Amino acid sequence: MVNLTVNGRSQTLDVAPDVPLLWAIRDELGLTGTKFGCGAAHCGACTVHVEGQPVRSCVMPVGKVAGKKITTIEGLSRDGRSHPLQKAWVAEQVPQCGYCQSGQIMQAAALLAANRNPSREQIVQHMNGNICRCGTYVRIVRAIERAAKEG
Amino acid sequence: MVDRREAELLEFQVSRREFLGASAGLAFSFTLGLGGCATPGARDEPKHKLNAYVSISPSGTITIQSPVAEMGQGIMTGLPLIVAEELDADWSKVVVEQSPIDPVYAHPIFKAQYVVASISTIGYWTPLRVAGAQARRVLLDAAAVSWSVPVSELTTEPSTVVHAKSGRKLGYGEIASFAKPPAEMPKIDPAKDLKPAAQYRLLGKSTPRVDVPAKSNGAARYGIDARVPGMVYATFARAPVRGSGPASSNAEEIRKLPGIVDVVTLDHGVAVVGRNFDAVRKARRQLKVNWRDGLPGDAINTDRDIEAYLRDARDASRTGVVWKATGDAAKALAGAATVLTREYLSDLCYHAQMEPMNATVDARADAVEVWVGTQAPTRTTLDVAKALGTTADKVKVHQHFLGGGFGRRATVETTVDAALVSKAVGKPVKLVLSREDDLWAGTFRAMTAQRISAGLDANGRIVGWSHRVVGEPVSDFVYHPGYIKKAKDRDVIFMSGAELPYYSKVANWRSEHIMEAERTRVAAWRGIGSGYTKFAIESMIDEIAHLNKTDPLAFRLSLTDDARARRVLEKVAEMSGWGKQRPGGTALGIAFAEYGIFAPKVGSLTTAVAEISVDPATGRIRVHNYWAAADAGLAINPDAFRAQMESAIVWGLGQALKERVTIVNGAVQQSNFHEYEVLRMSEVPQIRVEVLSSGASPTMVGELGVPAAAPAVANAFFTLTGKRLRHMPLNPQRALTALRESSTESRA
Repeated sequence: MVNLTVNGRSQTLDVAPDVPLLWAIRDELGLTGTKFGCGAAHCGACTVHVEGQPVRSCVMPVGKVAGKKITTIEGLSRDGRSHPLQKAWVAEQVPQCGYCQSGQIMQAAALLAANRNPSREQIVQHMNGNICRCGTYVRIVRAIERAAKEG
Repeated sequence: MVDRREAELLEFQVSRREFLGASAGLAFSFTLGLGGCATPGARDEPKHKLNAYVSISPSGTITIQSPVAEMGQGIMTGLPLIVAEELDADWSKVVVEQSPIDPVYAHPIFKAQYVVASISTIGYWTPLRVAGAQARRVLLDAAAVSWSVPVSELTTEPSTVVHAKSGRKLGYGEIASFAKPPAEMPKIDPAKDLKPAAQYRLLGKSTPRVDVPAKSNGAARYGIDARVPGMVYATFARAPVRGSGPASSNAEEIRKLPGIVDVVTLDHGVAVVGRNFDAVRKARRQLKVNWRDGLPGDAINTDRDIEAYLRDARDASRTGVVWKATGDAAKALAGAATVLTREYLSDLCYHAQMEPMNATVDARADAVEVWVGTQAPTRTTLDVAKALGTTADKVKVHQHFLGGGFGRRATVETTVDAALVSKAVGKPVKLVLSREDDLWAGTFRAMTAQRISAGLDANGRIVGWSHRVVGEPVSDFVYHPGYIKKAKDRDVIFMSGAELPYYSKVANWRSEHIMEAERTRVAAWRGIGSGYTKFAIESMIDEIAHLNKTDPLAFRLSLTDDARARRVLEKVAEMSGWGKQRPGGTALGIAFAEYGIFAPKVGSLTTAVAEISVDPATGRIRVHNYWAAADAGLAINPDAFRAQMESAIVWGLGQALKERVTIVNGAVQQSNFHEYEVLRMSEVPQIRVEVLSSGASPTMVGELGVPAAAPAVANAFFTLTGKRLRHMPLNPQRALTALRESSTESRA
């Protein structure tokens, strides 16, 4: 049994402590916005926040984050869609297949939380671990810059 | 417009009888839970169906069916825009639904719902305009009857019928509330009943994509997100080579592991089934299978095989199957003043779609249900039915968003596996491959060796051209054994792009496919053949330009009279400042390419310029700037077109610089993204795309950005270093080897 606080809600799950957080979020809690891409922290599709820090949930044992504040894409903003990054994602028409975008947005949100006005270099350095196979990188950068400006 | 014989090369061979059978009993207006695409509430309203594509509710909400899978290409917006244009719909009142799988939505060329080759828009262009015009006509007729005026006095404004004479107006919703569908639908003649382009309100203007909001808040549902009551989880270890399967395994031990429900041994692999995915993944790591050996695939060693391919390219006794030819290439080459021959190689590439292959299937009952994101929903019904010994009409496919298609989801084997496992365990099964299994059992772009001989006259003009492409045919594996033979050995997936349809001044050319034995799991891969054939062709054109001491842009312009080709060449020259001095340490390279097997009758055109530098210590090529001009006929949704170009350019640069699968004794050597590297943000250049709209109908968009990328980079590398890179990917090791060669190739 593990107690998890996800998007402000505390729940006790019947999972072993070594189960990756990703599967607890997706399959136990039914929050499917967080995606499985590689299972090895290579691609960033599974990125969530733990205490505000971006974490690859596919390699994070659920036992290690028990009692910590976990945020997924569904909880990023109060209504789930009005975070400045989400608005910028729509304004810049970033997603294509869209599969990696929850992870991209969560990764970017941690950057903007720590640095409200990142340089392009800082954006690229921070985002480089998140793969987008549709190659929407150019628009991701633009959307982060827009969110920083309009946020 | 499209040559029927050419079209048949692409045709997915569905038996007509089987396919019609698939339609029986399918609910017509099944709504897919694509979060964000339909406004909640709108779905529950009564809808008046005007035809297969259009329904209107009394409140004025217009529901348009989108017949094609959305995999990022924006088709779920582009196709409904075409309907809405002819309907004269107020786009803000439009709700888009993923259509059911039904013959009424079949692609006119494929005769199935199937998305490959970037031909959805061109294929549905006329049927959707007719559907929109027909629905508008029904509304006009109903308004005319209601007002007792001749229909010829009526016009429309967005979502409104107008009688100018009396100043009366009726909203489409108001009409829908009283109008009865006519006993016989009005006939629309595409030649005279459709809107002239000058009157377009929607097409040609950028419209935000309907799927973007749901893809920005986690609500979009992909196949992997399906949840079915009572389902168990599974993963699958597929035999490492084509035709192989398990000889023995430690299934008995695996079955005893915690959380494991069953181990299902199929002819071609072993499924581990459990109560949750974590248990399944852990058990998979302990699964040991001895695979049947002695198969042709066991002997695959890519590094060695590519040398054999090259020998076959050189061996004149190996005659290939002619793909395309104009004039008499052999005679022209024999009479040429000089013949320049060059060879190019390309390695295997993996799709690396971000969503690992997966499917959820409930095959317990006679009525089979499938939850999946697939490029081939019709084929899914057929292949699942066949595997389960039932008929296609018993298989219902719930189409989801695709977490990347790129050709990987054009085949349906993972869904068939899930169906077989569901049947074996008697439960709904959600089968998800690990990234490792997705790669080890991947289907790859074929490896090639290419040899081009160009005959030049005394002035350096190309008088003859021979292009030999060596590699395994692809279509047999993508479709079914014997497919290639039926297509008279013409393999469109493999050979696409091996042609010079726009270099109108080259009068004699020929391309041929020298076929290697089939043994690799090969696939259509974004850009199909053009990813490597244009690398060879456009590198070769550049080599000839340098040999002639001619500017590569001017040389290309000298090869074509085609106005559209000249326009993309001239446009990108202007965008990139071609011919101007670059900053130290960088150089530009240019490449032209068409996309589309119907070219030049129907083709999309692009020219790209890449600006690169190279690190002399590591050999790493960096692309700093990339400019592309693109012409895909009428640009339906220009920003979505631009987005597809950006995407395909990044894809094209990935295969140009890094992407490479190697196989040793039949086993894929890469396991995950640390070994199969795709481009990351830090490696992506500034990309500028100019969309040039031309003509009255749309052509191909989704893959157009791919083919020019590799040759543009290779040509820039030559300008920068005087060395030619002729083996894709142009990775650091190969670049370094070239840089260290003592002799500089003559630029003269």
